Amino acid sequence: MFVIKHKVIFIGISVLLVLLSLGAIFTYGLKPSIDFAGGVLVEVSYPEGRPEVSSLETALSGSDLELGVFSLRPSGEDAVTLRARSLSETERQTLLGILSVNNTEKIAVERFNNVGPAIGEELSRKAFFALGLVVLVIILFITFAFRGVSKPVSSWKYGLVAIVALIHDILIPTGVFAVLGYYMGYEIDTLFVTALLAIFGYSVADTIVIFDRIRENLKKKVEYRGKETFEEVVGNSLRESAGRSFNTSLTTGLALAVLYVFGPDSTNHFALTLLVGIVAGTYSSIFLASPLLVLLEKWQKKVM
Amino acid sequence: MTAKRITALIIVALGVGLGFFVYSSESSRFSYKLGLDLNGGTQLVYKADISKISEASVDDSLVALRDVIERRINVFGVSEPLVQLEEGSIVGGSSEKRLIVELPGVTDIEKAIDVLGKTPLLEFRLQKDNLPTSEEEIAKLKPEDVFTSTDLTGRLLQRAELQFSNGGGLSSAPGETAVLLVFNTEGKELFAKITRENVGKLLAIFLDGEPISTPVIREEIKDGNAVISGGFTLQESRELVRNLNLGALPVPIELVGSQVVGATLGQDAINAGVKAGIVGFALVALFLLVWYRLPGFLAVLSLALYVLIMLSLFKLIPVTVTAAAIAGLIMSIGMAVDANVLVFERMNEELKAGKELKDAIAEGFARAWTSVRDSNISNIITASILFWFGTSLIKGFALVLMLGVIVNLCTAIFINKIFMFAVTSSRQGSLSRFLFGKGLGR
Repeated sequence: MFVIKHKVIFIGISVLLVLLSLGAIFTYGLKPSIDFAGGVLVEVSYPEGRPEVSSLETALSGSDLELGVFSLRPSGEDAVTLRARSLSETERQTLLGILSVNNTEKIAVERFNNVGPAIGEELSRKAFFALGLVVLVIILFITFAFRGVSKPVSSWKYGLVAIVALIHDILIPTGVFAVLGYYMGYEIDTLFVTALLAIFGYSVADTIVIFDRIRENLKKKVEYRGKETFEEVVGNSLRESAGRSFNTSLTTGLALAVLYVFGPDSTNHFALTLLVGIVAGTYSSIFLASPLLVLLEKWQKKVM
Repeated sequence: MTAKRITALIIVALGVGLGFFVYSSESSRFSYKLGLDLNGGTQLVYKADISKISEASVDDSLVALRDVIERRINVFGVSEPLVQLEEGSIVGGSSEKRLIVELPGVTDIEKAIDVLGKTPLLEFRLQKDNLPTSEEEIAKLKPEDVFTSTDLTGRLLQRAELQFSNGGGLSSAPGETAVLLVFNTEGKELFAKITRENVGKLLAIFLDGEPISTPVIREEIKDGNAVISGGFTLQESRELVRNLNLGALPVPIELVGSQVVGATLGQDAINAGVKAGIVGFALVALFLLVWYRLPGFLAVLSLALYVLIMLSLFKLIPVTVTAAAIAGLIMSIGMAVDANVLVFERMNEELKAGKELKDAIAEGFARAWTSVRDSNISNIITASILFWFGTSLIKGFALVLMLGVIVNLCTAIFINKIFMFAVTSSRQGSLSRFLFGKGLGR
């Protein structure tokens, strides 16, 4: 099987992508949305035509709201979007007063989202906890599911490899978002974390299907006293299950691509995150997880 | 074989019925329950200040708070509002008590905040002794200096009523609108005691810290009724009656988060979601047909059944449909194919190995089962954690994912198996070999 034969190259590509993603994350950083950082997001439309954004900007910075750093951008044909620190109720009214140019312009509030700092902080902690919990539960589950197979590679190592693949699958979309955040202002919001968690589930499922094939073929080998090496068993299993892996990813990817192109704006970034994660997930279950298993088995032999 | 075919026909008929239900029930009570982001609406997050409440009665007062807020919303006339208590979790590192209020369809946040947050504080205060006698000095005094608090407050009120004053009771000025206060038993006794012991003094009625009327006590009032009139307009008295009847909040609340979504954004999102769903389904179906031929066609049937069952569940449970939930459903259409693909690939291997068609199908389902099971368990694990993590937006997605996995196991494995056997013939020509084959070639 060519994947196993050239495993170093394929693993190398993964390592490179992960390093690039890490580099992007550390150089550009991630831009948390108000879900996590707290703050206000307001979209106001002007049905009778939008006033100059720059004049609104001046009015905002000159007001006694003391917004500090804020961003006001035109959105759509007749709307503006404002991001700023979280506001109190009276400040909100002042703000709408300014945006309506002292009630001379007709405005419609399309969206007003205000998150207090405490709520944001709590949600970030919860997000990290959820991510950690998923990883832990999944290692346990895989260890349990593969408990019957402990030769020549013990079952917890399958779990470990699945987790390595997992980390690969979420670092890459995160890296992509770091780049997009830097150049296009993409933010890390609750939906992004949701997407990551969904990728977790998908990636592990994908890896499990291939491992399941390895499990089955190893059992067969014992039954028929086969002479294949571990490497060959993994190679055969991969050949047998790669088609399915590819086809399923294709249909899921198709659905997500359609969601990205035609779907609602609010789930646009969500669809993109999932799409990147699923492409990475398919790659990792074919080109990373199984080759890693073979490598592990080789190192194990050397040590013994 | 005949039994399988009949079962398959029954399933198809049920599917058609389900489709009819999904299509026709939109105007009945089984319509979709749209989330705030799609329907437009307001979400308000309040922090309850429980610092002054003894630990034992925290839960009770929070429940009372929720009830009061619910009553206030009912006045507002919102259909299907949601009021829920939430506790900052231990994981999140805070023990704040919060109240989350969702008002679908309400986009006037100002009015919403006003109706919910208004706390009418009604108090009776008694004239102090030893007040200066000269008019000039009295004019300099603030209300707080003249009156002292009694225990008689809005807490002891049984109900308030609108009245057109005839000049009786504690009030003056006949003809104007007034508000009749009826005290409960405790309030009645207290009121009688105060009026008995202080005949000749002023008993001021304060609303939200402002004196609104300052009648003189003429005699003991035993029936527990008081009338306040402070030159209200009809509108003002109505509002006062309403607010008094709704009751004061048992716990002070502070608005810490709010979200308003205009209705137009929501409608756009629904249209886009429906479009993406249809296109997505069509592409996945096309792929299945081209690649897996006859079994692919059957998979499309079971996939359609999957979508119909999911949509019916959305209506019946009901699942709050948000943009994220729609995204979850569309993604699950792609994922639902997984089980089919696993089975077909397996079946094809068995066919290639020279097995009879029927055996190959049976073997395909049996062999694919362990990986279908294990991979779905991992999805269920993540979905449950997501559900726990989630705000209402995320919960919708997690629920869809979880339902999707379960429904999919049912349609892709059990129902599809029946379909497959139903179309299998015992004779195997090259046609059936082709139909059950895969790929673009022969």
